[in-house]
Amino acid sequence: MSSNCVKRFGGRWVSLVSHRGFSTSSEQGLKSLNLFSAINQALHIALDTDPRAYVFGEDVSFGGVFRCTTGLADRFGKSRVFNTPLCEQGIVGFGIGLAAMGNRAIAEIQFADYIYPAFDQIVNEAAKFRYRSGNQFNCGGLTIRAPYGAVGHGGHYHSQSPEAFFCHVPGIKVVIPRSPRQAKGLLLSCIRDPNPVVFFEPKWLYRLAVEEVPEDEYMLPLSEAEVVRQGSDITLVGWGAQLAIMEQACLDAEKEGISCELIDLKTLIPWDKETVEASVKKTGRLLISHEAPVTGGFGAEISASIVERCFSRLEAPVARVCGLDTPFPLVFEPFYMPNKNKILDAIKSTTEY
Amino acid sequence: MATQILRKSKTLIQKNQLFLLGSVVNKSTFSPPTFQSGVNPFVKCHHVSLLVNNPASLFSFSRFESTKAEAQLNLQNYVSEDEDNNQGIDFPGGKVAFTSEMRFISDSDHKRVPCYRVLDDNGEIMKFSNYVEVNKEMAVKMYSNMVTLQTMDIIFYEVQRQGRISFYLTSAGEEAVNIASAAALAFDDIILPQYREPGVLLWRGFTLQQFADQCFGNTSDFGRGRQMPIHYGSNKHNYFTVSSPIATQLPQAVGAAYSLKMEGKSACAVTYCGDGSTSEGDFHAALNFAAVMEAPVIFICRNNGWAISTPVEEQFRSDGVVVKGQAYGIKSIRVDGNDALAVYSAVHTAREMAIREKRPVLIEALTYRVGHHSTSDDSTKYRPNDEIEYWKMARNPVNKFKRWVERNGWWSDKDEIEVRSSVRKQLLEAIKLAEKEQKPPLEDMFNDVYDQLPSNLKEQERQLRETISKHPKDYPSDVPL
Ligand SMILES: Cc1ncc(C[n+]2csc(CCOP(=O)(O)OP(=O)(O)O)c2C)c(N)n1
Ligand SMILES: [Mg+2]
Repeated sequence: MSSNCVKRFGGRWVSLVSHRGFSTSSEQGLKSLNLFSAINQALHIALDTDPRAYVFGEDVSFGGVFRCTTGLADRFGKSRVFNTPLCEQGIVGFGIGLAAMGNRAIAEIQFADYIYPAFDQIVNEAAKFRYRSGNQFNCGGLTIRAPYGAVGHGGHYHSQSPEAFFCHVPGIKVVIPRSPRQAKGLLLSCIRDPNPVVFFEPKWLYRLAVEEVPEDEYMLPLSEAEVVRQGSDITLVGWGAQLAIMEQACLDAEKEGISCELIDLKTLIPWDKETVEASVKKTGRLLISHEAPVTGGFGAEISASIVERCFSRLEAPVARVCGLDTPFPLVFEPFYMPNKNKILDAIKSTTEY
Repeated sequence: MATQILRKSKTLIQKNQLFLLGSVVNKSTFSPPTFQSGVNPFVKCHHVSLLVNNPASLFSFSRFESTKAEAQLNLQNYVSEDEDNNQGIDFPGGKVAFTSEMRFISDSDHKRVPCYRVLDDNGEIMKFSNYVEVNKEMAVKMYSNMVTLQTMDIIFYEVQRQGRISFYLTSAGEEAVNIASAAALAFDDIILPQYREPGVLLWRGFTLQQFADQCFGNTSDFGRGRQMPIHYGSNKHNYFTVSSPIATQLPQAVGAAYSLKMEGKSACAVTYCGDGSTSEGDFHAALNFAAVMEAPVIFICRNNGWAISTPVEEQFRSDGVVVKGQAYGIKSIRVDGNDALAVYSAVHTAREMAIREKRPVLIEALTYRVGHHSTSDDSTKYRPNDEIEYWKMARNPVNKFKRWVERNGWWSDKDEIEVRSSVRKQLLEAIKLAEKEQKPPLEDMFNDVYDQLPSNLKEQERQLRETISKHPKDYPSDVPL
């Protein structure tokens, strides 16, 4: 049940969709690309620059259900780009073995919602491969890509944001891009990083987010957060598709005279505490927003860490605007989502605290 | 692999005897249709054809020429020349003979396991075929249900294309597996579906209105609009709710079956899956559990050639799915999934075995996914049009069954027109109502996460209601607050 964009029933909240793309300024040598094409470019480059790189997963041969692997099998051959049997534990286990032999294994899990059969391989195997062998063996060449998050009509099993589960696992990295340009640079960094990485792609943005992306190869650093918007009254931290929603809230807050600083965390573990800490020390307030349920979400970890470090500087409790503690519900999706006005209200109540 | 072993001489079974099958299955020494034995007595001399010059290869004939009843097939009767049972080891699990020959069991048989069928391509009953009788009333009901399922698919698909429902997935090409398997079961049998078996629910009396309500996610949907369209489920119909993750229902079915056995019920659990599903760990866990727990469960695998864009050759290298049963000690059969009578007979017989003998059965139904995987898919990107056309026309399961029903004089053109137009009318009416019906109320977002609302959800509901009253325009107006 792959979900490409489908018309959704009427309702004002739909208008959010067209604003979700998060763009940065345009320069020369750039090409306008959507997010799945940016991922596709990164995969082309990864395969082209390293003869020991492989791309595999369910339905990747014909281009993947989200078209991210289009053209790869034709260009690099069926032994480097291939369909696997329908088995996530197999995909990740296979990827670990391939990586442990010195290859770059780029595995696709069709939806993040279907990563759970591979949980054991990721948590007990990939994450501990280096540690348990005293660095005799490692599977650092492994990158697991998976589309995550809401898409407007995905219901329970085509909408989840499972990043927090993986952030609880020392030994792997978790990276989530917010836009096409970010996706290309971050994915290449993940593929080439000497640690196993789980790379979640915001599937709502695959087609919707369009941005000027450098044609050539480039990498963006992991574990470095980015201040995408400067401000002085409150710090907002998020990642992935949620960044665009947060940016709209920042714009609206600005109209009401509230100056927001917006940080894209990009790498969730190991995360860039320093950047967040510096910002909160400046603004005195923190708001975190993610689509995943609030309880036990990664926002809780950020909140706790910042309270530890900035307790005396905080002028208000840390705010979290997140998904609710329910399974992801189809018809109630607009209610479940941490939308712009929920964020805006939280910005106001935090600054007015 | 070993199905041929059990192939009996045609003369052993007279057609009219077979009509009584429901009751004689277990008294007779074999069961029609023939199920591949769960325990393979031939493992040792199985694939001797590899060693062409070896005298042991002489023994391979026994696999193909046996006319013996299954009960007589045992190790003693089929030891190869150099196998010495007295020299065997008493290994946990049973005695294993020694052999001086270094022989690898072949990766697969040269000949594929044949596919059991009853109707030939013209919809005529094959000579010498053994099957469970289907009477007029049953046949007409089966055919009408197939037509209903077809019509439902055509209309809902169109409704999705119009953007009125968010998703849909058809069962086109698999109507016979859907309806005939359902027809062969009893209502008390518990169904754990994948997602391409709405025909089973239809057969059990889930109404067109109920299908429409689920697809529109309105307040009459049992699932309270929480899941995507086609994720039907109905406790009243002993049909567990569809879940998108592949293969998860399979081990669950074993647990359900075990419960039926412990309760002493004369019922079994029946679970469906696709060819793709057989690659998941859950499939293998389920088969192994089922055999070890001696659970009355029937696994019906719809091998429809494709798992989204992945063809079966990239899914497994075994001879399909049927051969996997034996490795787990499960009786298995391959049937023509586009032959309603074959599916009916196989499932009917499997049910008798599962319940009476307290054991699992695996059925591989060869069929074809004629439609796209779902409304999110365009299958012309990865498979040839003539392949689709061939299955849609030449191997169409509904047309084939119709020819048989018509030949019996049980169905006329007039019946056809009547059923099709009446189903169509009912469906359009159901859709109209479902679309008008309110969405489930907001509280249903929070209900059923647990048996009772915990404090975090109470708090979140309260906060959400405040937010909605501040920003009513952010929220769909069709959800009652
Ligand atoms: C665990 C899991 N992985 C991946 C998917 C995505 N997916 C949905 S259907 C499907 C193919 C299933 O093929 P098959 O079992 O043959 O059933 P069919 O669709 O052919 O009826 C896939 C890969 C999923 N739903 N669950
Ligand atoms: Mg299939």
